[in-house]
Amino acid sequence: MKRHGIAFRLAALILSCAFVILAAIVAYNYAYSRAIILRQSETNSRHLAQETASRIDSVLLSVQKVANNIAYSLEDASLSREDILNLNKRVIANNPEIFGMAIAFEPYTQEPERLYFAPYHFRSGGRIAFTMLGSPDYRYFYMDWYQLPKELEQAVWTEPYNDQGGGGVVMATYAVPFFRNQDGKKVFAGVVTADISLEWLQDMLDDIRIFDTGFAFLLSRHGTFIAHPNRKLIMNHTIFSLAEEMETPEFRQVGRDMIEGKNAFVRIDESIFGNERYLFHTGLEYGGWSLGVLFPRSEMLAEVHKLSNVMALIGLTGFALLALVIIYIARRITRPLTELSQSALEIASGNLDLMLPEVRTNDEVGDLAGSFKVMTNSLKEYIANLTTATAAKERIESELRIAREIQMGILPKLFPAFPDRTEFEVFASIEPAKEVGGDLYDFFFVDDTHFCFLVGDVSGKGVPAAFFMAVTKTLLKVVAEKGLDPGQILTKVNADLASENESCMFVTLFLAIIDIETGETRYANAGHNPPIHLPCGGEPCWIPPFGEPVAGVMDGMEYSTRTMTMAPGDILFIYTDGVTEAMNPEQDLYSDERLMRTVAEMPERFAPALVKTVNDSVAAFARGAEPSDDITMLAMQFCGKCDK
Amino acid sequence: MGHFPGYTRAATLVLLALLLLAAPARALDKTSIVLQWLPQAQFAGFYMAVDKGFYEAEGVDITLIHGGPDVLASELLEAGRADFATMFLSTAIQRRATLPIVNVGQFVQHSALMLITRASDNIETVDDLDGKKVGLWANEFQIQARALFRQRGLKVTVVPQSDSLDLFMRGGVQAASGMWYNEYHTLLSYGLEEDDLRPIFFSNHGLDFPEDGIYCLERTANARPTLPLAVVRATVRGWQYAFAHREEALDAVMARMDRAGVPANRPHQRWMLRRMENIILSDKVPAMGVLRQEDYERVRTTLMETGFVDDAPIFPEFYRGPVR
Repeated sequence: MKRHGIAFRLAALILSCAFVILAAIVAYNYAYSRAIILRQSETNSRHLAQETASRIDSVLLSVQKVANNIAYSLEDASLSREDILNLNKRVIANNPEIFGMAIAFEPYTQEPERLYFAPYHFRSGGRIAFTMLGSPDYRYFYMDWYQLPKELEQAVWTEPYNDQGGGGVVMATYAVPFFRNQDGKKVFAGVVTADISLEWLQDMLDDIRIFDTGFAFLLSRHGTFIAHPNRKLIMNHTIFSLAEEMETPEFRQVGRDMIEGKNAFVRIDESIFGNERYLFHTGLEYGGWSLGVLFPRSEMLAEVHKLSNVMALIGLTGFALLALVIIYIARRITRPLTELSQSALEIASGNLDLMLPEVRTNDEVGDLAGSFKVMTNSLKEYIANLTTATAAKERIESELRIAREIQMGILPKLFPAFPDRTEFEVFASIEPAKEVGGDLYDFFFVDDTHFCFLVGDVSGKGVPAAFFMAVTKTLLKVVAEKGLDPGQILTKVNADLASENESCMFVTLFLAIIDIETGETRYANAGHNPPIHLPCGGEPCWIPPFGEPVAGVMDGMEYSTRTMTMAPGDILFIYTDGVTEAMNPEQDLYSDERLMRTVAEMPERFAPALVKTVNDSVAAFARGAEPSDDITMLAMQFCGKCDK
Repeated sequence: MGHFPGYTRAATLVLLALLLLAAPARALDKTSIVLQWLPQAQFAGFYMAVDKGFYEAEGVDITLIHGGPDVLASELLEAGRADFATMFLSTAIQRRATLPIVNVGQFVQHSALMLITRASDNIETVDDLDGKKVGLWANEFQIQARALFRQRGLKVTVVPQSDSLDLFMRGGVQAASGMWYNEYHTLLSYGLEEDDLRPIFFSNHGLDFPEDGIYCLERTANARPTLPLAVVRATVRGWQYAFAHREEALDAVMARMDRAGVPANRPHQRWMLRRMENIILSDKVPAMGVLRQEDYERVRTTLMETGFVDDAPIFPEFYRGPVR
């Protein structure tokens, strides 16, 4: 896996959180503003459409009122031709919004001899012109403006039409039927029409601009465009034929809703105009017309988009700044860490004098750097101390080694020690422990026939033990050569050792003097391990201790001497507790029993072989475990006066 | 309201006359034809024949004149203001009583005339029209309807139908007259669906009258015997071209309607051209432009039975067009 540093992880975590928050804010803002704008646009377009519709309606209503009034007055059958013409003309003169008015009668109604009677006053070149309608070429009875109110018996707005004479102006006609009493019955007598030009409508709708390209349009009762910014649609297309032309049959439903006069705010799918739009449409009160206000959604939402874009921009800038700050902070934290880490590696490689990077910040990193400084200083001091101590220790160790060599040097090491003597065979070995120990052995002739041999073990270890051992050995030799009994020797040596023994060291000793002619052996034991007597051809046995204490502690202690006789071939085996207390890695002791068994199973009764066998047995038992004490053994074999 | 319908048409005529004068002088047989209604796809074949030079190719320099609600083609023919005129076969048989005209080519082989009812008025069969108000156009447009009512013994109230469908749309009549290629689609463009309408085609009730044909005075046919056939041949090519190049034909139609100041929209004209193809191209007629005797006889008989005419000429006297 790729390793990412703290700086990276910190930056990634914070920045992704910040990004999510930012995105959520922008998205929510967008959605919310969009909803507001949509609502506002709906309200605005509704107001706009309804206001426009009511303005149109008010014009239509005023025209309707005039025509209705005229129709009402025409129910008076006594009106003369002149009255009717005057009435007709006055209406045009007094109502500038009305382009023309016709008062058309049923055949032979106003003037019994005339099929057609339909005076028509209309505006022409700033004046009021007059004509009588009706001719074989213009049979007004079959015109919509006449037929519709007649057949439906109600006032109607005809479908708008292009007025051929009026220069292609779109006109609409309001036509009211009027009735007269005939034989007590109300009979249809004719129609009053008021024509209005719809040019003002187009102008009014042209002024309506919603957003950039939004516009208003007006549909007739049957869906024909009466007003639309695209003049080509006016009177040529219905909303349905437009749907057919655009091949969007689904748009027909919108058209149907519109001509039914429904009031609705609808979303127009992208597939119809190529962009998503909104349409508010409302029906007019009069004329069966409907008004639509259409505007593209994109323009409606332009402000929202702008706001969202600015917000996003601010957010992203903030995001970038935040990123820089976080990276800067993270770097500031981690750079000293990295440097400290490298320094630590270098320190680990031994360069304690390395200049630690300067970290001046008063924070955890600063603390860490301080700790590092303290650590290196402590390390340096410690190592300096250690070096000194090691040097001292090495010197002491070297001196100890020399002391040890000297100590070992005072023990007789040359074997066979007396090659010219056939009466006995003596063999000794010392296996020094790592530490300086205090074991000793010695053997020497007291006189021509008496041979002294001894094994001792000084308490404790180290240099004091070594010194004590050297002193003991020297004393023993000096005292033994005076020809005293072993007990007396030990008593004397004990007295000498104890007299100036401030440190209460002591030594165990087994000392024997053998008459090499007779085999008589006198011996004394100061708290030493009982030696083994291995009779020639017999079973080995312990030489029981006397229960006399160790030497060197109690001044004035008397040691006794015993006597035994060694037959030729007998061996006396003396050892220190380094043998019986030797340990294997499991911390088991070698033990007296094992020693006795080893000695008993010896096939060849010969002193040097015995020492070697026991030595090997102990080494095999220890299995390489470091001996904690010197292992010292001495075997004395009496051979008698003569050779066997 | 159309109080001054004559102005624009006069202007159109002047314009056409100017165009005629401006045309290069060539050894072409000058002639003119009145198309019985305002410019629309009903005459697309004539426009294409002019625009593509098919008339010139036949050695004819023709001027197209449009009729309209107040301009009867036969009257222009009678007044000598045009050599040829298009008319319904039934119209022509009627006119023949007072004006010696002959058919020189028959184009519309099937009747597009129909009555249109609304599904909501529950007029499922013709007989349901009994007692209803039915809007009928004047004159020859009433022949088939009256024949049908007589055959079925229906009592209907005939309401003269204006040039709009307003009365029908407002429920003033339960059935309106219409041409399949025109008014039927107008209703669709008023927001009605085909499912909302229950059309009654006269062609489905034994009254399949051939409609638009080319006529001239008998004496014109006698005096300039090659001219009518040349005109018909060029017109046949014009229609063939129009059906093969619909959008181009529609361009020509729309341009003429625009010039004439007639309300126009392309989907409506497209519909009309399609329907013209349906009623002009007929399996039962050997070739375009031919009037079959049996069709003539059927119309003649119906006219006499219904009393629209007392008598009518026999087929050879009436028909001078191409024969196969």
